[in-house]
Amino acid sequence: MKENVIIDLKNISVKFGDNQVLKDLNLYIRDKEFITFLGPSGCGKTTTLRIIAGFIEPDEGEVIFEGKKINGVPPHKRQVNTIFQRYALFPHLNVYENVAFGLRIKKIPEKQIKETVEEMLALVNLKGFNKRNINSLSGGQQQRVAIARALAVKPRVLLLDEPLGALDLKLRKDMQVELKNIQQRLGITFIYVTHDQEEALSMSDTVVVMDSGVIQQIGTPLDIYNEPKNAFVADFIGESNILDGVMLSDGLVEFSGARFECLDKGFAKNEAVDVVVRPEDVDVVDPQKGMLSGEVTSVTFKGVHFEIIVDIGGFKWMIQTTDYQPEGSVIGLYIEPDAIHIMKKSEYSGIYGDYSSFSEEFDELSDPEEVEEE
Amino acid sequence: MSNRSTLGAKLIAAPYIVWSVLFIIAPLIFVVYYSFTTVDGSFTLANMAELGKYAPTFLRSIWFGIVATVICLIIAFPLAYFISQKTDKVQRTMVMLVMLPMWMSFLIRTYSWMALLQDTGIINSFLAKLGIDAVHMINTPGAVILGMVYNFLPFMIMPIYSVMAKLDHSMVEACQDLGGNRLTVIRRCIIPMSMPGVVSGITMVFVPSVSTFYISQKLGGGSFDLIGDVIERQFQQSYNYNLGAAISLVLMVLILVSMAVMNRFTEDEEGMVI
Repeated sequence: MKENVIIDLKNISVKFGDNQVLKDLNLYIRDKEFITFLGPSGCGKTTTLRIIAGFIEPDEGEVIFEGKKINGVPPHKRQVNTIFQRYALFPHLNVYENVAFGLRIKKIPEKQIKETVEEMLALVNLKGFNKRNINSLSGGQQQRVAIARALAVKPRVLLLDEPLGALDLKLRKDMQVELKNIQQRLGITFIYVTHDQEEALSMSDTVVVMDSGVIQQIGTPLDIYNEPKNAFVADFIGESNILDGVMLSDGLVEFSGARFECLDKGFAKNEAVDVVVRPEDVDVVDPQKGMLSGEVTSVTFKGVHFEIIVDIGGFKWMIQTTDYQPEGSVIGLYIEPDAIHIMKKSEYSGIYGDYSSFSEEFDELSDPEEVEEE
Repeated sequence: MSNRSTLGAKLIAAPYIVWSVLFIIAPLIFVVYYSFTTVDGSFTLANMAELGKYAPTFLRSIWFGIVATVICLIIAFPLAYFISQKTDKVQRTMVMLVMLPMWMSFLIRTYSWMALLQDTGIINSFLAKLGIDAVHMINTPGAVILGMVYNFLPFMIMPIYSVMAKLDHSMVEACQDLGGNRLTVIRRCIIPMSMPGVVSGITMVFVPSVSTFYISQKLGGGSFDLIGDVIERQFQQSYNYNLGAAISLVLMVLILVSMAVMNRFTEDEEGMVI
């Protein structure tokens, strides 16, 4: 199982003053994979990245690179390179010299430097920008220079610290595709840090969901979305209705006053659990035919679908449907067994997954994305 | 829109315009006027012709100015870097310490150096107690340059420090990340990015050093006349305003030329003071 491991983090703990940033973190990263650390601000994702880069030394634990312990090895002696949040390009050098920077430090012959720089600039679609001043470039172009500069020194692992955070939505989507292409073409490991779950799901081979300095779940994007381990993961990735339930027996769960067939097994009889139902997995039917029924309290048009909030026994469900349902109408819900996902109770139970206080504005306010992480 | 000067904008600018006309433009015109006239006000080039005999003084002033500036730079650059690496609180304290001497009169500080450097001064009395022979320090070129360095050092430290304090630390990390050890980081990252501060500092030390007076009279004992002293004497003792103005004008032109040369090194860099 542990073949091809390039980086292994063992029992890493970090404290900044009284603030425990990482708690006993264990993680291995395979060679050539695209792995993403995903989590809200302050979850420790950037700190983990900086430990791998060598800018932070962990208080406890080992950092292993290709089987060798590299604790205490300074950043300039590590075979990893970083794309910084605000690019950190050198303003006193032009595009060519920025990309050539690492090669010049390595004292590579001038002819070879020229070849590599041209190759890298072609890779990031910046041919002919050699003499341009850094400050005359747009954010997207600066981003490309930063990528070319880091890749020019042929790192084994590329660390990307929220590299697309400063770009607008359209450009961000283009760069996502491009980064993924570059990673596959070069066949090197990318370690990507983001708080944007969509970015994480669409680019990564493996997603590491973190919160409060602890890894909540590691898995493929599909696993993370379909089989969240706890209420935090279910809420952070996509939209989720998270309900208190009781597991009556294998394949039978009770919540919202009704019994449902499900596919989950292996829980104790009558064990209290968290039940996740994704808004898009619920079918709207006539009230008589529904397994549950309730009153529509709000409808929002989202383009592809309507987002409906339904009050069922005081719990507000979010449902996404393509059929318009007027506010105040009573509708029935039908849920397939494979649409129900059962999770063990955790410290996050009861905090997330109810849409009674739901509003877009509130959602944005409570999302501390803009806060600087350090 | 931004170029439209409304009445309000004009009113706000008015005091500054009056100020610069009264205290910058008018004196400049007087200097030029006196330079090319005789005592009774008729046009002459005699003042300019007389400048030739002050050539050695000009050269000495420029030479002392260059030496003082270089010494200031050598001291200030590492010191500014050292300060900029400290925590905010320590930085504030150290900047205060750098500024502190400037709160005392320039004259008092120069007199203090006299007391320190004299043949029977504080340093030599101390050396005598240790049984070391007295060292002749006052009235040497070294003493004059020491006086310049001491007085103008803060003007070198401050601009360099303020540029360094604002340097984005991620640049330093990027340099390390790309394979730079500590020396490389300083050589290829910190020094080039501090250049705007260095250029400001050089200007702010070189200009007053070249034109200073008094320091050379008190610490040089009058044997190392600088051009500032000559100008002062023309106005204060010989009452030859015309010659004084001519020397001032040439000095000003020399300084402007040297600054223009300096500025070429940092074309389109931000942070220029002058």
